Amino acid sequence: MAETRFMTINMGPQHPATHGVLRLVLELDGEIVVKATPHIGHLHRGVEKLGENRTYHQFIPLTDRLDYTNAMGNNLAYVLAVEKLLDLEIPKRAQYLRVMMAELQRIAAHLIWLGTHVLDLGATTPIFYTFREREDILRIFEEVAGGRLTPTYLRIGGVSKDLPDGIEEKIKAFVDAFSGHVKEYETLLTENVIWLNRTKGVGIISREDVINWGVTGPTLRGSGVKWDVRKALPYSSYDQFEFDIPVGSVGDAYDRYVVRLREMEWSNSIVKQALEKLPKGPVIAGDPKVPLPPKEAVTNDIASLIRQFKIASEGFYPPKGEVYASVESAKGELGFYIISDGSNHPFRVRIRPPSFLNLSALPKMIEGSLISDVVTTIGSIDIVLGEIDR
Amino acid sequence: MGVETYLDKTPLMPYLDKVVNWGRKYSIWPVTFGLACCALEMMVASMATWDISRFGSEIFRPSPRQSDLMIVAGTLTKKMAPMVRRIYDQMPEPKWVIAMGACACSGGIFKTYSVVQGVDQILPVDFYIPGCPPKPEALLAALVKLQKKIEKESLADRKDVRSSLELG
Amino acid sequence: MADIQSLIDKLKGKFPASIQQLKTFRGEVTVTLPKEDIYAICQFLSSDSELQFQFLTDLCGVDFFPETPRFEVVYLLYSMKNNLRLRLKAKVAQGESIPSVESIWKAANWLEREVYDLFGIPFENHPDLRRILLWDGYEGFPLRKDYPVEGPDFDKPFVLEV
Repeated sequence: MAETRFMTINMGPQHPATHGVLRLVLELDGEIVVKATPHIGHLHRGVEKLGENRTYHQFIPLTDRLDYTNAMGNNLAYVLAVEKLLDLEIPKRAQYLRVMMAELQRIAAHLIWLGTHVLDLGATTPIFYTFREREDILRIFEEVAGGRLTPTYLRIGGVSKDLPDGIEEKIKAFVDAFSGHVKEYETLLTENVIWLNRTKGVGIISREDVINWGVTGPTLRGSGVKWDVRKALPYSSYDQFEFDIPVGSVGDAYDRYVVRLREMEWSNSIVKQALEKLPKGPVIAGDPKVPLPPKEAVTNDIASLIRQFKIASEGFYPPKGEVYASVESAKGELGFYIISDGSNHPFRVRIRPPSFLNLSALPKMIEGSLISDVVTTIGSIDIVLGEIDR
Repeated sequence: MGVETYLDKTPLMPYLDKVVNWGRKYSIWPVTFGLACCALEMMVASMATWDISRFGSEIFRPSPRQSDLMIVAGTLTKKMAPMVRRIYDQMPEPKWVIAMGACACSGGIFKTYSVVQGVDQILPVDFYIPGCPPKPEALLAALVKLQKKIEKESLADRKDVRSSLELG
Repeated sequence: MADIQSLIDKLKGKFPASIQQLKTFRGEVTVTLPKEDIYAICQFLSSDSELQFQFLTDLCGVDFFPETPRFEVVYLLYSMKNNLRLRLKAKVAQGESIPSVESIWKAANWLEREVYDLFGIPFENHPDLRRILLWDGYEGFPLRKDYPVEGPDFDKPFVLEV
């Protein structure tokens, strides 16, 4: 009897379907995957080590570049942790602006996911539509914060500046048109025979496994666990908005697709509610030691100039202690664990990356399936290597 | 390699240069090499709003053997560097490299133990695009500048041609 | 449904000798334990029918150089049923190892590999303990406090070994 061996294939770090620099070593028996080993670390930039050498304000731009599809959400997680450490009170208008920006960013992140996921499977049309919608969101970010991909809009104590004139009409126009666009994507995909054949029953992970592997986000909800940080441990006045959490049943790629589509619609509704209920007031906390003073005061008043210089160069000195704060980013539960020893640099900044734990469950999902299902599964769990490798 | 290796000394060289360069500069096909955040701006440059295919880069080839341009978009880490070099070596001549973003130009904001401070430590770079991330229009501007650079190249400058033309 | 106070009482009742320190800061409970008892306590917390800490949110390491014991491994647990968070800490000296909790929560598999990679703390009974973020053959453990942020050879140009 001839000896059979498995074939080892390398799905290398440069690959159009791995969504970044992920290396998968697959052992195949014909077309069936017997063993899969992900190799990560090709984008390890040492962000946690850098955090120990920067002041608390200087770390905010670094958080933008972690999960680069969800920059506002990353900022939010970090500033929430620092504000918890300082026990700082945030004005209401700033909280609503944060919610609005975070939900717009969630829509943008899911649009990237939708476009690239279906492009991997062969559907080349939806990506042009989703990126066209995303351009509208990025134009809003550019007007509000100054940057498209890495806006760095949030500050410790609030947001950096108030909304410019005329932006509320633009956001309203986007929000009104968006549900029509989601219907466009659904007509292309949801009942498409090819799409159903390629995603139904692929990449299944059971309810017990998904909790045991620490998976969060739409992958967790696709397997039937109704848990979302915005509802379980609300932050930044999310408890004053009305929204529901979509849940799947089986835990395959199709369920995750439906969960994310519904999440986009709910995010749209949250932005609409935030626009209607936006209160008036300051956008940054009035504490004299932590946030930077407003620019008009800095150029006119010597006390503000001294304050600006001191805070920008030296920072502030929080109390000793450790905190953990998390948000529901587009990928899952993103958390920051900050240990402070009383000095103006954090002692340890630990980032709890949702995609890291989602990816660690990947071998469980693809062992025993065909090699073309590997592409579907990687796309459906939606990983970003910037967050995995930090 | 290319058509150059079959040339002998010919007075038609300038006219041949013009035709070959016209063909090369209007059909530059990049290889998909997005590493980090700048990759998203590169993807956007190929989408509907800032269409890159009107400049000739119709499609991003996944295989390096079928492409002529490598746009290194994102941070280059020491773990990834041997693979970048290998992909560059697999590309056939003529080939060009654009370093997109602050991390590819000089390491960016990541001055740490695992980041190569600039992609030009391992590859010869033709154009640097600063920005974090640069807007897609900056990438298109670099592409247009690359086209102007290709226009001025001459077939006689290629190493394999020099030996066949006995230019020394 | 359990709340914070009943959780603390249950822990104190079952493992009275193990709890070295219990702190509450900004609404979060932190319990410091000796590293030998970590496995038993985690097993109890995840399998107890009332507490049900079945979700391991995070596992990380901290370096307190030059204090001894130098390292600390921090576990962040979450119970979906009771909506409770709990932080466990265990101090580990340099050169010692700590039992792995991978058999309780599979999420610990990659998280412990990352702690080993960046700090050099070995975990007993881990099925696959190797470097995950840095490459094989890398010398040094970057997140330790005595490791420079730019790396030891920053002043030399980068040479590719292919």
